Amino acid sequence: MTMPYYVAPEQAMKDKADFARKGIARGRSAVVLTFDDGVLLCAENPSTTLRKLAEIYDRIAFAGVGKFNEFDQLRIAGIRHADLKGYSYSREDVDARSLANQYAQILGQIFTHEMKPMEVEIVVAEIGDEPSRDQLFHIRYDGTVIDETRFIVIGGDSESIAGRLSASYQPLSSLDEALRIAVQALGGPDRVLIPDELEVAYLSRSNGRRAFRRLDDDRVQQALSAIPAEQATEGGGSTPAV
Amino acid sequence: MLHRVGDFPEVPTGPISEVPHGTTVVAVRYGDGVLMAGDRRATSGNLISHRAMEKVFPADSHSVVGIAGAAGPAVEMVRLFQLQLEHYEKVEGTRLSIEGKANQLSGMIRGNLPAAMQGLVVVPLFAGYDEKRSTGRLFEYDVTGGRYEERDYAATGSGSLHGGTVIKLGFRDNLTRNESIDLAIKALFHAADEDSATGGPDLMRGIFPVVATVDRDGFRRVDDDELAQRTTELLEQLRSQRGGLPR
Repeated sequence: MTMPYYVAPEQAMKDKADFARKGIARGRSAVVLTFDDGVLLCAENPSTTLRKLAEIYDRIAFAGVGKFNEFDQLRIAGIRHADLKGYSYSREDVDARSLANQYAQILGQIFTHEMKPMEVEIVVAEIGDEPSRDQLFHIRYDGTVIDETRFIVIGGDSESIAGRLSASYQPLSSLDEALRIAVQALGGPDRVLIPDELEVAYLSRSNGRRAFRRLDDDRVQQALSAIPAEQATEGGGSTPAV
Repeated sequence: MLHRVGDFPEVPTGPISEVPHGTTVVAVRYGDGVLMAGDRRATSGNLISHRAMEKVFPADSHSVVGIAGAAGPAVEMVRLFQLQLEHYEKVEGTRLSIEGKANQLSGMIRGNLPAAMQGLVVVPLFAGYDEKRSTGRLFEYDVTGGRYEERDYAATGSGSLHGGTVIKLGFRDNLTRNESIDLAIKALFHAADEDSATGGPDLMRGIFPVVATVDRDGFRRVDDDELAQRTTELLEQLRSQRGGLPR
């Protein structure tokens, strides 16, 4: 005869958290950071078809790491939530805070009540009318929500990437500068990431109603190979020297 | 028939005609894509209920939808149609094919059939740029959701007979953008001239038809300054045809 055995809640939660963390640590990371004109999303992702970054609504974007099918399910739920809300009320009533709370509810519910927690970590980013109103929400596998205004790193190696990023992050940098900072932080000192290994998208205040755009490999290469303005040599020959 | 006064409104059993109706929309294929134009008048029975209503909308970045019929359900149908196209695009990561969009709209019109039987008819036009075939394409509908692709031009609404004829006579292959705008303005002018439910250009208030083009670069609305100028030229031309005399 089998005996029903007792597991302390503390132990059960810890086991689930360890399980989720292990799953997330297996995948590659993504960073989301604000720049002068909006929010840049950059993920290490060799696939060109399976996406980690996505458009949710006019001014809201999504980044997910961990198990693809699980965060993709969350992405679609988010789009549905936002579209439905914008249709029943008004487009301006759709905001990232409410969406982040919805995600937190779903993840928290699954973490406490299901056998298996979701092995995901996601970011919901929203741009406002001015840089000070940009919002980033970091939602973890257990439903914890953290709001940020500068940057968020999610995924396996997030601690060391965040360390590098906090040293190099500059508020109100240009899109290209932000991308260089993000890619350097993702790669670390020993690796140089090439555009093929990256997935890059951004939300920009100057993109019109739907602010989300993807950057293709050529554009990413252009940004990465450009010489930062302060290092550029002067006197390109266009103005004659006196 | 006499209407009862001071009583609860009767539940409509027959056609409902006293709600705002939208009227004439024309579409024409030109060299680089497709153009759609709609007048600005909405009527309730014999009354003009709106002078500046818009009946031509972007369906998504590369397609346009124009409506004729009961204004309320028509605008609602457009809102839902836009939502569904955008939702699909975001969830799937690619846009629907133009054929897919046309079929989607067809289903929505079919869903409106019970309301249409009560008089709340909605008959849109749909047009867009087919990125695979590199050409503009346009679709007409009937009240049951029947979908009919037209090769060159299409018209819907109460002034469609006159507007459509003007387009038909002025159409040739590979019109330029400007020629197709002029043709559409002319078609709507003549439709308004013959049909009381279609509004003509309102120079006093500065109200002109909504004209939109869709080409490789997507949906673009023609701005009012350009329309004002082209309308003035058209009126000059019509006036000179009558020997310069107003009649």
